[in-house]
Amino acid sequence: MKTSLDGLIDESVTIIREVAAEFERPVLLFSGGKDSVVMLHLAVRAFAPARVPFPVMHIDTGHNFLEVIEFRDRCVSEMGVQLIVGSVQASIDSGKVADVTGPRASRNPLQTVTLLDSIAEHRFDAVFGGARRDEERARAKERVFSHRDSFGQWDPKNQRPELWGIYNGRHRQGEHFRIFPLSNWTELDIWTFIGEYNIDLPSIYYAHTRPIFKRDNMLMAVTDFLPPDEGSVVEHMQVRFRTVGDATCTAAVSSSAATVEDIIAETAVARVTERGATRADDRMSEAGMEDRKRTGYF
Amino acid sequence: MERLRFATVGSVDDGKSTLIGRLLYDSKSIFEDQLEHIEAVSKRRGDDYVDLSLLTDGLRAEREQGITIDVAYRYFATPKRSFIIADCPGHIQYTRNMITGASNVDLAIVLIDARTGVIEQTRRHSLLVSLLGVPHLVICVNKMDLVDYDQGVFNRIRQEFEQFASRLDLQDVTFLPISALAGDNCVTRSKNMDWYEGSTLLHHLENVYTASDDNRIDTRFPVQFVIRPQRADFPDYRGYAGRVAGGVLRVGDEVMVLPSGLTSTITGIDSPTGPLQEATPGQAVTVLLADDLSITRGDMICRPNNRPRVAQELEAMLCWMDDTAPLQPGKIYSIKHTTKVARTKITEVLYRLNISTLSRETGVNQLAMNEIGRVTLHTTAPLMFDDYHQNRTTGCFIIVDEATGQTAGAGMLLSPRT
Ligand SMILES: Nc1nc2c(ncn2[C@@H]2O[C@H](COP(=O)(O)OP(=O)(O)OP(=O)(O)O)[C@@H](O)[C@H]2O)c(=O)[nH]1
Ligand SMILES: [Mg+2]
Repeated sequence: MKTSLDGLIDESVTIIREVAAEFERPVLLFSGGKDSVVMLHLAVRAFAPARVPFPVMHIDTGHNFLEVIEFRDRCVSEMGVQLIVGSVQASIDSGKVADVTGPRASRNPLQTVTLLDSIAEHRFDAVFGGARRDEERARAKERVFSHRDSFGQWDPKNQRPELWGIYNGRHRQGEHFRIFPLSNWTELDIWTFIGEYNIDLPSIYYAHTRPIFKRDNMLMAVTDFLPPDEGSVVEHMQVRFRTVGDATCTAAVSSSAATVEDIIAETAVARVTERGATRADDRMSEAGMEDRKRTGYF
Repeated sequence: MERLRFATVGSVDDGKSTLIGRLLYDSKSIFEDQLEHIEAVSKRRGDDYVDLSLLTDGLRAEREQGITIDVAYRYFATPKRSFIIADCPGHIQYTRNMITGASNVDLAIVLIDARTGVIEQTRRHSLLVSLLGVPHLVICVNKMDLVDYDQGVFNRIRQEFEQFASRLDLQDVTFLPISALAGDNCVTRSKNMDWYEGSTLLHHLENVYTASDDNRIDTRFPVQFVIRPQRADFPDYRGYAGRVAGGVLRVGDEVMVLPSGLTSTITGIDSPTGPLQEATPGQAVTVLLADDLSITRGDMICRPNNRPRVAQELEAMLCWMDDTAPLQPGKIYSIKHTTKVARTKITEVLYRLNISTLSRETGVNQLAMNEIGRVTLHTTAPLMFDDYHQNRTTGCFIIVDEATGQTAGAGMLLSPRT
């Protein structure tokens, strides 16, 4: 069967195999979010019937949607991959970072420290990320094989040329590469794949009813880690999540889309980008993502 | 749906990023939050109008300087096709980023400022696009609004370009008068240029015929990864994974493996989406053979009666991209060609190409950053390759500096001169 995804799947699978061939210790970042789920499925398909020749890692802020953590654990056991958890709580307990406090505190930025420490601890030299270039303007600029110096830093003004799909992963001790096999996928492509190949996702990607309060026009879910802001009104609303990240900075969107087909229809006519609609962290500044990426963020 | 990859190239400020912004805007592919964002930035800077180039110029430094530094990738779709756009920088300092964006596209749009016509950087980018073998070219004479939409200006620039391009190897060239800022002939037909009878840019992008661009004759399959499950349920599975670089592989085909020269028969083709009877260029597949041969990454599967060339003494056009050191003949570099990594020495710079005049300058023995030359090289292991014009995938390579890891050069293999 030929589909619109053919060229994309071929490209992604080729990238994943290339990393397995050229790097000593790759790892795939797996949060249970839809992009990382698609990436893991592609990795399974890249090596089938052999097993995926690298582990997966979750950088866990401890502030999760329960449904996502349950899904994460079920998914890795079904796929037969090893899960490593890098814990932000452990970084806090060991004094590497200070926990954030205050009314709008989010541990999201703290993940960078835990991520870099986990990479160093396990001596990973290639780290697969599910980021897509259509998500955000700094990501639109990044190479598929993206070099990180020994401080984990990205230098956007001095990226290596990357031609013809020949990837250069040469690096020195202590440096590593971030690898983005889904670079050329759009949100719609991701959902098309999920629909065509019947990919299981955490339930919160589909419409459900939950307590919601509004913050800066975004719909925030009330959880154990996110009490409603003072003065805000909590309503039970029908929502779904377009992205799934740390529960304190990921917003929901109002939606009644209960199936993949519904979501594809909604995505095709969406007027707001995925991150614009749902990520408090991206609203901070004009170059928020670029600045975070420079210091080693996903 | 078909997918078209294209890049915008041309000199700095000729309007590449603005054009991408215009295409996205007029095809309703811009999201509200993106538009709000660039409106706010334009307003804060005191611009008279919304600067559409901000849609792709996403880095802090790019916005500060008002120029593109590195390629931005953008995506949009119409009912006819989906598009992957690479918005390349025009500034000479960032030529290697332009090459990055243009190396694997189906089509390149060369922008020319109607006020200045063909200038050195237009020539450099056109030369690079020609060397890279980009199959389709659209020359957009931009900023027609600043020359009163004058047909004479368009015709003059067209002639100027054709004169220069007659010495380049360009296959399919189309000329279009546009204004990226005002939108003339981008997505909708211009009311200001009745004299122009061709199609709009978007219409052209939707309809340009690309199906015959792949080489479907010469079967080439560089082995990328050997799949050998250590699992009781697949005791004898041994598959050769890779991406088809040319021709067609079919179950039942007799094949030859290089460099060993051993032959076997294809018994099965697996793919990420299930088993196949045949695989065509670009597909990532796993090939199963009737015989247990010793095959490793870097080997090449082809047909016994249609083999690539195999050599250690090679000739190529080389673009130098390292800003820290010039190409030094005699120095040992790492070379990556298809899935094979070896070491190499450039033995001689036969000539350097003068970008303005296209003349061949002999007697040079270095190539500096952004220079292009014809070289001979010697590799530690034989490469299995085709002339770049026959097959872009098996005809290209990169040179890597072993000390710094930098991608220092990009080469296109050619038949040795006789
Ligand atoms: N009047 C007029 N101005 C234009 C047109 N297209 C672009 N410009 C202006 O030309 C300037 C440069 O445009 P950009 O789109 O940034 O140029 P670029 O080719 O992307 O430049 P680099 O990426 O830095 O090489 C901006 O001020 C644009 O507004 C046009 O059709 N008419
Ligand atoms: Mg630009």
